[in-house]
Amino acid sequence: MSSDKSVFEPRIVAFLCNWCSYTGADLAGTARMKYPANVRTIRVMCSGRVDAQFVMKAFAEGADAVLISGCHTPSDCHYQEGNFKALRRYYLLKKMLPQFGIEPERLRLEWISAAEGDKFQEVCTEYTEQIKKLGPSPVKKGVKNG
Amino acid sequence: MAKPKIAFYWCASCGGCEEAVVDLAEDILKVVEAVDIVFWPCALDLKRTDVEAMEDGSIAVTFINGAINSDELEEMVHILRKKSQLIVAFGSCSHLGGIPGLANLTDKASILKSVYLTGPTNVNQSKTIPLAKSPSPDGELHLPELKENALALDQVIDVDYYIPGCSVPKKLILDAVTAILTGNLPPKGSVLAPTRTNCDTCERNKTKPEKLTITKFYRPYEIELDEEKCFLAQGVICMGPVTRGGCDERCIKGNMPCRGCFGPVDNVYDQGAKFISALASLFDAKTDEEVQAIVDTIQDPAGTFYRFSVAKSMLGHKVSKE
Repeated sequence: MSSDKSVFEPRIVAFLCNWCSYTGADLAGTARMKYPANVRTIRVMCSGRVDAQFVMKAFAEGADAVLISGCHTPSDCHYQEGNFKALRRYYLLKKMLPQFGIEPERLRLEWISAAEGDKFQEVCTEYTEQIKKLGPSPVKKGVKNG
Repeated sequence: MAKPKIAFYWCASCGGCEEAVVDLAEDILKVVEAVDIVFWPCALDLKRTDVEAMEDGSIAVTFINGAINSDELEEMVHILRKKSQLIVAFGSCSHLGGIPGLANLTDKASILKSVYLTGPTNVNQSKTIPLAKSPSPDGELHLPELKENALALDQVIDVDYYIPGCSVPKKLILDAVTAILTGNLPPKGSVLAPTRTNCDTCERNKTKPEKLTITKFYRPYEIELDEEKCFLAQGVICMGPVTRGGCDERCIKGNMPCRGCFGPVDNVYDQGAKFISALASLFDAKTDEEVQAIVDTIQDPAGTFYRFSVAKSMLGHKVSKE
């Protein structure tokens, strides 16, 4: 990352499913594909395991964006329909986030398979650029109430 | 032996929690027999100075209802904390921020503007907005100042126990008073209500289909509500799956879905987000378009899922760039 403190470096929390997207990220790593260090990955067993509470907590603790990634729909999910649950929560969260003052663009859903290391690289690079343009999250870290 | 002293105080609330105490009817006599009520602005003419004159820690327990949304209320609860051995947050507003907490989804300036200037039933030709300090011929006048956000009681002072509900059911009040008087209390910080969700005891749970799927949401006035069928199975948003039980399903028995006033169960930190997880799972949709079409039938998700708990949600209030 840049040492110049005036450059905004977003923090993007990425929830990746164990079976497809995390393995895809792993492939990107072993293939030495470069992607921005702004993305902090958290491995979950399934995108359907991503409780909306995780997303709200990430925002409350100062994440500038949240990426959820799972297996391709309709038939790749290791648990058959976990990715559909993620898809439904994603749209409902997108509708609600602006009511809390958070731009819906700060939440993103992707389907990345275990073979798509290049797609993972692409999504991370492109999303980091997008959030850099959007600017820091309006949530002031540590200032919860008052 | 002297009777234990108890106090009641109201903050930003509708008065329903005071009503709940009065609704104890004859049972209130048992309470009055066992305790000495030393402060209760709703019923006894005592002032802040009377409380200030009391010895620190001299009140055994103070029940406080309502959210904290002005500097005056904040000062008052700090005084009561000092004078009381136990503080019990009484009702949804002091437990979770409650209905006044919905104000956190907008901002103070918009609230004042809407209430005093643009409200359709308002005539305010001089465009007066109350000020915390204003000059007068007799010196400066002071009014309580509205806070930027409404807070739950434990966001202002240390709280020992919580009794949930909008308003608090009679049984929970009597159980809590008995527990306090007999010293039979759970660990500090407990919510004095069951730990299971409302669905767990709901009669209508039996009518819930094996696989519950929803294709469209209705607001209660939009359809004829079946008196026995699970609300979610009818496409009506019911907060039962994520809401603490113990209310005796008063709303559901009145053929209205649960609105979530008892707050989340233990180990859930954000009632609204948890409900998103639960509710979205039930959508009968597998493509972006299908999901979006169902989401479009949900009005005001934040106000519905966090109806009583905006202040205690993870974000706590609407955030702004300023």
